[in-house]
Amino acid sequence: MEKAIKRYFPIFLLPTLIAFTIGFIVPFIMGIWLSFCEFTTVTDATFVGLSNYIKAFQDPIFLHSFWYTALFAVVSLVVINVIAFAIALALTQKLRGTNIFRTVFFMPNLIGGIVLGYIWQLIFNGLLAPMATALNLNEWYGFWGLIILVAWQQIGYMMIIYIAGLQSIPGDVMEAAAIDGASGPQRLFKVTIPMMMPSITICTFLSVVNGFKLFDQNLSLTAGEPSKMSEMLALNIYNTFYGRTGWEGVGQAKAVVFFILVVAIGLIQLKATRSKEVQQ
Amino acid sequence: MKKRLFALALTGVMTVGLLAGCGGGDTTPSGGSSPSGNGDATGGKVYYLNFKPEQDAQWQELAELYTQETGVEVTVLTAASGNYETTLKSEMAKTDAPTLFQVNGPVGLAAWKDYCYDLTGSKVAGELSSDEFALMDGDKMAGIGYVIETYGIIYNKALLEQAGYTADDIKSFDDLKKVAEDITARKDELGFSAFTSAGMDGSSDWRFKTHLANLPIYYEYKADGIDNTDAIKGTYLDNYRQIWDLYINNATCEPALLSTKTGDDAVAEFVTGQAVFYQNGTWAYNDVAELGDDNLGMLPIYIGVEGEDKQGLCTGTENYWCVNAKASEADIQATLDFMYWCVSSETGTKAMCGGEGAMPSGQAGMGFVIPFKGNLESTNPLVNIGNQYVADGYESVSWNFSTMPSEEWKNGVGSALTAYAADQTDEKWDAVVSAFVDGWASEAAAVNG
Repeated sequence: MEKAIKRYFPIFLLPTLIAFTIGFIVPFIMGIWLSFCEFTTVTDATFVGLSNYIKAFQDPIFLHSFWYTALFAVVSLVVINVIAFAIALALTQKLRGTNIFRTVFFMPNLIGGIVLGYIWQLIFNGLLAPMATALNLNEWYGFWGLIILVAWQQIGYMMIIYIAGLQSIPGDVMEAAAIDGASGPQRLFKVTIPMMMPSITICTFLSVVNGFKLFDQNLSLTAGEPSKMSEMLALNIYNTFYGRTGWEGVGQAKAVVFFILVVAIGLIQLKATRSKEVQQ
Repeated sequence: MKKRLFALALTGVMTVGLLAGCGGGDTTPSGGSSPSGNGDATGGKVYYLNFKPEQDAQWQELAELYTQETGVEVTVLTAASGNYETTLKSEMAKTDAPTLFQVNGPVGLAAWKDYCYDLTGSKVAGELSSDEFALMDGDKMAGIGYVIETYGIIYNKALLEQAGYTADDIKSFDDLKKVAEDITARKDELGFSAFTSAGMDGSSDWRFKTHLANLPIYYEYKADGIDNTDAIKGTYLDNYRQIWDLYINNATCEPALLSTKTGDDAVAEFVTGQAVFYQNGTWAYNDVAELGDDNLGMLPIYIGVEGEDKQGLCTGTENYWCVNAKASEADIQATLDFMYWCVSSETGTKAMCGGEGAMPSGQAGMGFVIPFKGNLESTNPLVNIGNQYVADGYESVSWNFSTMPSEEWKNGVGSALTAYAADQTDEKWDAVVSAFVDGWASEAAAVNG
């Protein structure tokens, strides 16, 4: 069997490798190259050096988007994970109908971001209309609107990961803690959470990265209104690319900066939570 | 053995999935399939990237007819609404790039001028009824306008009469203001409002940040005797404010809620008789046709400028055909022939200008007014109203919004207008002025620099 795998590995590997190269590696390298160019179409570019990066950092909206996005990522990280963990704890108790609850909580995750954005826009504007205001008149309405939206969308997903984590904690550890006289909160903070660190690593990583990459929901819920004050990084990059003639390269430069930022934050976060994981 | 077969089958499925994925890209350009395969003996073929989704069916049919008649392969792809630049950018990067594409005017041309074939002396250029519809880049004829459109304030005649007025009562901004405010005052009694909601949602905000903003720009250019600028002065912005105030305070909804209103909302309010006035253009005829041709009228957009009693409707084009200069010689020739056929042959002109039943298949035509010698009389009543204004000696307002420096500028003005609508203070209006004047300068610098 092992021999067969060795012999046939190109057949298994090649299709994915080709797809990955065409769909990811080539565009990625081209993207980095284009960030140093001025271009209209991606196959016809002239090298201009670092000027795109200079323009990118001189853009005040880009800097605003940066801290707005960072704040959003942090708040959504906390909200999503705390609630998802709490629901996961509740739904691993011996309750009736836990499967139905799990299914229902997971379902919002099956709806696409654009659709969610428009639906929630209707809901929020319906609520705000009696107060004679609207979602896209205030950047903080947009901010909290987005938080509610992504929380609703992603809590179910994180919940499933936490439930899987909770179910893998050996019963004897919990039993031993109970016999030793640990109280409920003590068992949660001293036993459950340390044992759950692998799940927490995954979930926090996913929610931080999702927070930074958020695009569809931002586009459909607020489209950056009012005056780009609720425009997050990904949307800012998109608007830079298509908003002005000759600024395609600047959008590309911002995208490269964005990539480095997300990778750096992702790695730091992984390192921080990994170090807290315990051996079972 | 069984396992090995299973693994092979899995691999097979994966590979097929991959190939299907690649194949998908090639089949995107829809319709226009050629019975003669890869074009005729001269080898030229046409690939038209169409801007107007509402005319997609007609272009597809026209392409097929042309192929049947001449054997030249014509592919028509229509970009989704609002995604033309995005689609054009990606299509142009392909080996089989569009041979015929569109720009919206001088600003659009700036991005694509390297790709524009010089149309000077071509047969299609010879068909133009006036040189003003050619888009020039220095001495080079980079584009040719192929449709003339007109916008103004479309109104519902029956409702206006019900309120006790006719179009003859409205000859200036003051008249319009008087009528609109009177209707608002008697709103409950009449059961309708003056204006449809001036929706600032993305599906409708171009009516105000682009089309309405054209008027102050038009008057400023006229006063200064220019047709383009890097620094707008905003001489007529107080007039812009007047008309905007009138629109938002006499509408079907609270001004603060405008940011949530869509283009569809405005159309629905207009056709169900909730409002008398609806700012839009000839292209919107099919949306409002159910009110009946005799019931539709169009007024100039008065903004209270001296001498506006002679002002007509806003007429112009932001649809210019350009031929891809980087296409092969044969393809360029095939494209020029196709354009010439569209604007000069009987089938072509009928399809482009005709209304009900103008296509050979019995479908409605495109209903355009085309700036070519072969133009036919339109069946679109809004177009005819526009022609009547010209015939009566009113001076048409030209479309200067194609000189707006960038999409960013329009978005900035739009956002500021929305914020002002929700909170109508001088401070918020200053933000509109700043987006208009300072934004113009900074965007022009950003694009040119």
